[in-house]
Amino acid sequence: MTTTPQDLRTDQTPLAPGAPRSGTTFLGLPTAPRGVGHLRGDRPFPDAARDALRDGQLRANLGHATQTIRGKRAKVVAELPDWQQLRAAGSALKAATMARLDEHLEELERQVTARGGTVHWARDAAEANRIVTDLVRATGTDEVVKVKSMATQEIGLNEALEAAGIAAHETDLAELIVQLGDDKPSHILVPAIHKNRAEIREIFLRTMPRVDADLTDEPRRLAMAARSHLRERFLRARVAISGANFAVAETGTLAVVESEGNGRMCLTLPETLITVMGIEKLVPTWRDLEVFLQLLPRSSTGERMNPYTSMWAGVTPGDGPQDFHLVLVDNGRTAVLADEVGRQALHCIRCSACLNVCPVYERTGGHAYGSVYPGPIGAVLSPQLTGVEDNASLPYASSLCGACYDVCPVAIDIPSILVHLRAEHVEAQEKPTAESVAFKALGRAMSNPRLWRLAQRAAGLGRLVARGRPTMPAALPFPASAWTRSRDLPTPPAESFTAQWAREHGGRS
Amino acid sequence: MRVALFATCLVDTVVPQVARATAALLERLGHEVVVPAGQACCGQMHVNTGYRREAVPIVANHVRAFAGAEAVVAPSGSCVASIHHQQAMVARRAGEHGLADEAEALASRTYELSQFLVDVLGVTDVGAYYPHRVTYHPTCHSLRLLQVGDRPLRLLRAVRGLELVELPGAESCCGFGGTFSVKNSDTSTAMLTDKMANVLATHAEVCTAGDSSCLMHIGGGLSRLRSGTRTVHLAEILASTEDAVSPHQTTRPAVTA
Repeated sequence: MTTTPQDLRTDQTPLAPGAPRSGTTFLGLPTAPRGVGHLRGDRPFPDAARDALRDGQLRANLGHATQTIRGKRAKVVAELPDWQQLRAAGSALKAATMARLDEHLEELERQVTARGGTVHWARDAAEANRIVTDLVRATGTDEVVKVKSMATQEIGLNEALEAAGIAAHETDLAELIVQLGDDKPSHILVPAIHKNRAEIREIFLRTMPRVDADLTDEPRRLAMAARSHLRERFLRARVAISGANFAVAETGTLAVVESEGNGRMCLTLPETLITVMGIEKLVPTWRDLEVFLQLLPRSSTGERMNPYTSMWAGVTPGDGPQDFHLVLVDNGRTAVLADEVGRQALHCIRCSACLNVCPVYERTGGHAYGSVYPGPIGAVLSPQLTGVEDNASLPYASSLCGACYDVCPVAIDIPSILVHLRAEHVEAQEKPTAESVAFKALGRAMSNPRLWRLAQRAAGLGRLVARGRPTMPAALPFPASAWTRSRDLPTPPAESFTAQWAREHGGRS
Repeated sequence: MRVALFATCLVDTVVPQVARATAALLERLGHEVVVPAGQACCGQMHVNTGYRREAVPIVANHVRAFAGAEAVVAPSGSCVASIHHQQAMVARRAGEHGLADEAEALASRTYELSQFLVDVLGVTDVGAYYPHRVTYHPTCHSLRLLQVGDRPLRLLRAVRGLELVELPGAESCCGFGGTFSVKNSDTSTAMLTDKMANVLATHAEVCTAGDSSCLMHIGGGLSRLRSGTRTVHLAEILASTEDAVSPHQTTRPAVTA
């Protein structure tokens, strides 16, 4: 017996951002349910980040990896004179697609069906897991091979399959490392970015049956070990599960973009192929891929072209899987679509360029975000998919430096969405908090010049605490302590600039 | 030209010498400076912390205070970026379309200091003298939202006696981020540590920038480490002459308790 959606959905699903919070009438669209999948962390971001920041090995691994990939991306992006036009085209295509998503999805269903595939619609993670589990069970097998996929990580498919007695083997090298190490992915593109070669060698030696005991940490040797480990699974598996980078509505084509060729093995060898895809991944026409297949590899791996692009439409008799199922997952996406500021987050093509340039991600790593979607895009996507209150610390996990917006290949204005979600969180609070009381009082003072002068004079009294020193004491009460623990705070002057100016200029403004 | 100076709430209250320097510089260049008494804040701190409704009357106050100004200049990339990108947006969201239009009109006459000097006044050599080894940190909002580009560097290169040293990793955020520095204090400090390491690697006496908020952050860290490298706002450097060399420096090393 598998875990059913009903068992898991004991909690009331939180409302979408911006949904009317009426007591009796449910007017908001459902967000991703609690209790299934990996969109929520156990701890607020600042707490989880604190532990990550102390992990010197993690900091070194991440610093090295993000710096390398940043450099590669910058180099190949600079080669294209029309990069900004490509970004604008990507953004416009996504916005136009989202505006008529329902029509495009139905067209996709028609085309996939006409080519011999079967389309399934899943309202949320629990429904998607049930559909996939039932499909695998119907084949009579108890193991599947998996192509790297964010959607299946999001819905917690591996756990659902395991509960049904089905073993899911990750075949992407980094996903394999994470799975063998009983770990969690920490990056969209490079899930094991937090591990270095020596750590990977240790994981392989400990967990791979029949591994060469003399395995070194040389990348080639590690890849060969993974290769022989995976090869027997590719040849044995009767069912493969994939995600999709793109789906073309007009032709019913699915596309997977990868570097290793392990995805290609999964997509071609087994008898049954099940593809799980978020409903926002489609593009209306074949021609649209022209834009995205230029944007994606340069932004993600820093390559002009990715080594393997696999495309298929339905079933081709005598060639490849003879049974194809496409599972279209909502899991909160329609709720995101309903938010006119936040919906841009659905334009994401999962390149992870924003993670690689983010100064917060670079230092805390992906696990601190608690969701399979870490970094800047995760900080805007996860809270929207789950409802802001279920990921309330994530919109604040950014200094709003804007580096993410600059590199985003589809120009998602992540800083503006972060600010919007902070407001959604503040406005969802039914009771006043110490912060809201302070901000409201400060807001009143800043709207009224007379009150503001008084407030400035009060702030100037801070110099009495400093007792003649140029900086305030390091031991101040919270929240000032959060600053002074690591930084000096200048002692405020006796007189503000505007007061001094007015005095010296005889009250003339 | 008659220039209305927007000191910004932080500079006005905590580092008034930056506004004094801005006024002195503009007057030295032959312009009349006025300081509207009703000014307070642009509203950015409220908007960025999630209090966009509460920011609307702050925006209204700002628009009232600077009504009729020919040109508004502020010694802050971040506040000017907020005036350009946020004020009208929060007003419009609150249904205050009249205010939003006024804010937009005012924003089109509002300039960050280096942009005003280079683009409006057309000067890069402001006649300053500052005999120090200086490194420049491009603050995120001046770099990415306002795109001030190399304007501050061109101004600094024209300063007599100033030795400009390139800052490694210059475009990385210092970790300030407004309330981020308090809400995510540990991550903010980790970012600051790397910024300070780069600043100290230049062996500069002074780290400068166009935002007092970021300088307060970097300077607060350098001061806590008793590093001796201090932070000085770009306006203070440009206001310095042979007659008055950097009269007030923003952050002095803390007195050892």
